Amino acid sequence: MSVTWTDSVNEIAGTKIHLSRAGSGPAVLVLHHDIGTPDRLPFYDALAEKFDVLVPHHPGWGKSERPQWLRSTRDIASMSAWLLNDLGLRDVSLVGLGFGGWIAAEMASQAPDTYRRLVLVGAMGIKPPEGDIADQAIVSYIDYPQAGFHDLAAFAKVYGDISIDQLEQWDICREMSFRTAWKPYMYSQTLPHLVGGIRAPALVIWGDDDRIVPISAGHAYTKALRNATMTTIANCGHFAEMEKPDEVAKLVTSFLASN
Amino acid sequence: MHMMYFTEQPMAAYDAKAGLDFGATALTFSNSHYDSNEGSRLYNEFLEDYLLAEEYGADGIMLNEHHNAPFCMQAKTNIFAAILAAVTKRVKIVILGNPLPLCDNPIRMAEELAMIDMISKGRLVPGFVRGGGQEQLASGVNPAFNRERFIEAHDLIQKIWSEPGPFRWEGTHYQHRVVNPWALPMQKPYPRVWVPGVLSKETIIWTAQQRYPYIALNTSIEHTKEIWKQYSDSAAECGYTAGPENFGYLIRVHVQDTEEKALQNARQFMWMQGEFTGLAHPVWANPSGYFSPSGRRNFVQFATGRAKNPRGNPTFEEQIASTMIIAGTPKQVIEKLKYVVENTRPGIMGIWANDGTISKEDRQNCIKLLCGEVMPAVKEFGAGLGLKDPWEANAPVHLRYSTDLKPTQKAAAE
Repeated sequence: MSVTWTDSVNEIAGTKIHLSRAGSGPAVLVLHHDIGTPDRLPFYDALAEKFDVLVPHHPGWGKSERPQWLRSTRDIASMSAWLLNDLGLRDVSLVGLGFGGWIAAEMASQAPDTYRRLVLVGAMGIKPPEGDIADQAIVSYIDYPQAGFHDLAAFAKVYGDISIDQLEQWDICREMSFRTAWKPYMYSQTLPHLVGGIRAPALVIWGDDDRIVPISAGHAYTKALRNATMTTIANCGHFAEMEKPDEVAKLVTSFLASN
Repeated sequence: MHMMYFTEQPMAAYDAKAGLDFGATALTFSNSHYDSNEGSRLYNEFLEDYLLAEEYGADGIMLNEHHNAPFCMQAKTNIFAAILAAVTKRVKIVILGNPLPLCDNPIRMAEELAMIDMISKGRLVPGFVRGGGQEQLASGVNPAFNRERFIEAHDLIQKIWSEPGPFRWEGTHYQHRVVNPWALPMQKPYPRVWVPGVLSKETIIWTAQQRYPYIALNTSIEHTKEIWKQYSDSAAECGYTAGPENFGYLIRVHVQDTEEKALQNARQFMWMQGEFTGLAHPVWANPSGYFSPSGRRNFVQFATGRAKNPRGNPTFEEQIASTMIIAGTPKQVIEKLKYVVENTRPGIMGIWANDGTISKEDRQNCIKLLCGEVMPAVKEFGAGLGLKDPWEANAPVHLRYSTDLKPTQKAAAE
């Protein structure tokens, strides 16, 4: 079944935010990784078969404008919530991918009773009790995304021959990651104390070979959330929705569809 | 003309093979290779070298700092500046420079520099830099805000030095309740600030807007001329005419009694695999957000091995041929330096004379010949060309102290 995507530009906090949207049904906001996102992904298409899927580019990433004042993931969380309100959407589910998982957790902890369901996939945002979140600052533009795949063939399937445009985009994404999450790197010291307020049921998904965010962070999220279950995906890295789109889509769809 | 002696203070007393095997030594090469006994010996020898440079006639000692790498032993340039303030008598102590973005408390920086200026009885030149990319990573400072921090820290230090305290500072990167340090520089209105650099157009423009001298760090003659043009154009927009007192040039020069020995030692300039600041992964040298967005497209290709190093990788012989490195007897070196001076016309010149592993005896012989014979001859030649340093030209310390500003085209149009 083919999915038709519509792109729009939405002015949020004085900033032009790019949004791709497809499908119908309950609304699902997908928050992308620190390395940005390809415009279309099989995972997004799969979700759009059942849901009204919204994939914005974070402010400063991809096709969204950079607010020079932006300094934290909390800022991105507030702007994402503002976007949903401007679109008149209520009872939205959040699907946060990696860095986007941190944003989703911020959104939900700021408005504990607002979101329907929460999915965190390899989420950043809290300090892993064991191990550290991999530092992209000291590795090459290609090495970092590759480290997020268990199987390099899966990386090649998504990115193909890496274009100069893609390299430039990764540099811009990296700069935005520094502008919002430099220190402490990719986590909040207060978030683990706040996610316990979230009322939405949560699903925590982790690749069993996530070399970007140690799986101990997944266990910590699951423990800190009041109503969370955790699932791991075999032979899968950090960019799980790109490496194992069918499996992740199945898990997410089934979780979001249940009452 | 102001002529300074400079060395990176190389920590070359480690297993060179281990460094070469590791590759990029400029950030993550383990400090398990660091020998503190050798470090102690070298620090004290470098201090002796500085005293010798003063004794033999250098106008200034140029200092700098770097982190996490063998190519430079100075982790805090103000420490050596403070020592020189006490043990030297005449030379200017020229810090090129303090990496301001690394500083979380610019008030403390202003205090330290004021102390050094007073202890040295007004001989400090407190230059400022953005700091290389690796320095941001080594210090945990956000490279994406490097320029913002540089400018804000400068503005705060300048205010401390030019307006009475106490005052409050509520900036973007720095907030301070009570700014009122009880230590102020002896030189008024404040010590001359110089800014060194290599590449960044934005820094050249900013430096010209302050009317601070810009010191080009061993750039090619052609590139140096481009920097001067950029600076001069910006100066004209500010209403003044840039002259040699606004320009400095650092060059690698090694002098010995024979050309053969000079060339042999000068090869040590290549000890960090030919790179000034040690071989580094490109994303360390230019972390995202650190450099100008206009260079992004070319840089990402270089960083992923798809394009050549924009600086090139010239061999030692090529650098000798292009006068990027000069080596020889005093007579040979004077002739080559005259050529460089004639073509770059700086009022300030830094001579980076010793690097890598050069024996103490050879280092000191180089300093004696350089400061005793080469510098006087080059200064005399420079004087003939009318190349005045900022003191000789009585240049204003900052644009705001200028008395010669012409109405700019923009102002005239209004």
